[in-house]
Amino acid sequence: MLLREVEYARPASVQEALRLLGSHEGARALAGGQTLINVMKARAASPDVLVDLADIGELRGIDLGSDGTLTIGAMTTYTDIVDSAEARARPILGEVCNQIADVQVRNRGTVGGNVCSNDPTNHLPPLLVAVGARMTILGQDGERSLPAREFFLGVYMTAAGPGELLTKISVPPGKSDGFASVPIGRDGTCIVNVAASLDGGAPTLAIGCVDAVPVVLTPDSAAEDTVRTAVRGANLDPPSDVHATADYRRHLAEVLALRAVAQAAGRK
Amino acid sequence: MEAVSSRTITVEVNGVQYEREVEARRLLIHFIRDDLSLTGSHIGCDTGNCGACSILIDGVLVKSCMMLAVQAEGAKIETVEGLASDGELNGLQQAFSDHHALQCGYCTPGMLMSATALLRENASPSDEEIRKGIQGNICRCTGYVNIVEAIKAAAQ
Repeated sequence: MLLREVEYARPASVQEALRLLGSHEGARALAGGQTLINVMKARAASPDVLVDLADIGELRGIDLGSDGTLTIGAMTTYTDIVDSAEARARPILGEVCNQIADVQVRNRGTVGGNVCSNDPTNHLPPLLVAVGARMTILGQDGERSLPAREFFLGVYMTAAGPGELLTKISVPPGKSDGFASVPIGRDGTCIVNVAASLDGGAPTLAIGCVDAVPVVLTPDSAAEDTVRTAVRGANLDPPSDVHATADYRRHLAEVLALRAVAQAAGRK
Repeated sequence: MEAVSSRTITVEVNGVQYEREVEARRLLIHFIRDDLSLTGSHIGCDTGNCGACSILIDGVLVKSCMMLAVQAEGAKIETVEGLASDGELNGLQQAFSDHHALQCGYCTPGMLMSATALLRENASPSDEEIRKGIQGNICRCTGYVNIVEAIKAAAQ
């Protein structure tokens, strides 16, 4: 497919990337390109300038702090996480990254790209919300950090605005996590997915694919009836499409919430 | 550093150096097929689903329809043309032939590159690992069984 004409820059530093993003109205950051290149083919996005982040080494990598906090650079690929010994400090991260698409996409697709594109069917938005991740955003006015559940604002919209970059994601220590999904084909796009974490005591659940942003639930306990009641009480209003009716998605949300919580409870 | 609409890139493909000026909008698969005339890598779906355009970049398996040519600047690229030497199929290619792992053959270049990447990382993969390794490659003829058999045979 011939893309619409576009300009390209490949800065070597974050500061240079921010300058380029800030100096062109239609500039967009290019991470792994596994979403952006395809939406450019479909003309669903037509940036005038692509700012390729590939050469900015400080954006890629996984660091395990002495307090157990994982710091993951936005340009870290899914494969990097699957293969990383450090990332096993929070095992659910590698397990979920290993379910995304296929080898080729995992080799190029990035954690930052996944969350910044914020497609409601993506795996990482609910997961990062459930595990209590924090997102660090850098802009011309400096750096700020916010919880993942405040990062996702709407379909394809996040707190990282024009001219800003998500630089890193911090994941606190923990292991009592679960993730359950019904995908379209194995490792395909999710019809519904649910991430759960019991590390804070009471469960934190984040349900994906049923709304513009992950739906967060905090039932009082991990007991089956309590979780079921919490999902029913959320009055989910998911979309209907060729893959599932809204009713079936509501049903899946309940079942997958129980599965995710059961998996998390098994890892206490 | 300013944004440009075209730039000169240098890449090594199957051991041969190429220097070409490319438009920023040019997909890597078009660069390989049309600019370098290496038409072994195929365009199946052009949406990142089918994997017919799979190649190795610095040893990493990617779909070349989801990359711009300018992103490959400085890279070492391997395509299906690099597998055979002196007209002789390599072991993997021969195994595909022996096990009837292709019918129309359209997906084969991508399948071979995915299998190449898999076998470099894992010299004796299980059926499950083979299936996971070629998950990004769609074949509409074989039902995959013979492809898995061929890869397993090549690993031995």
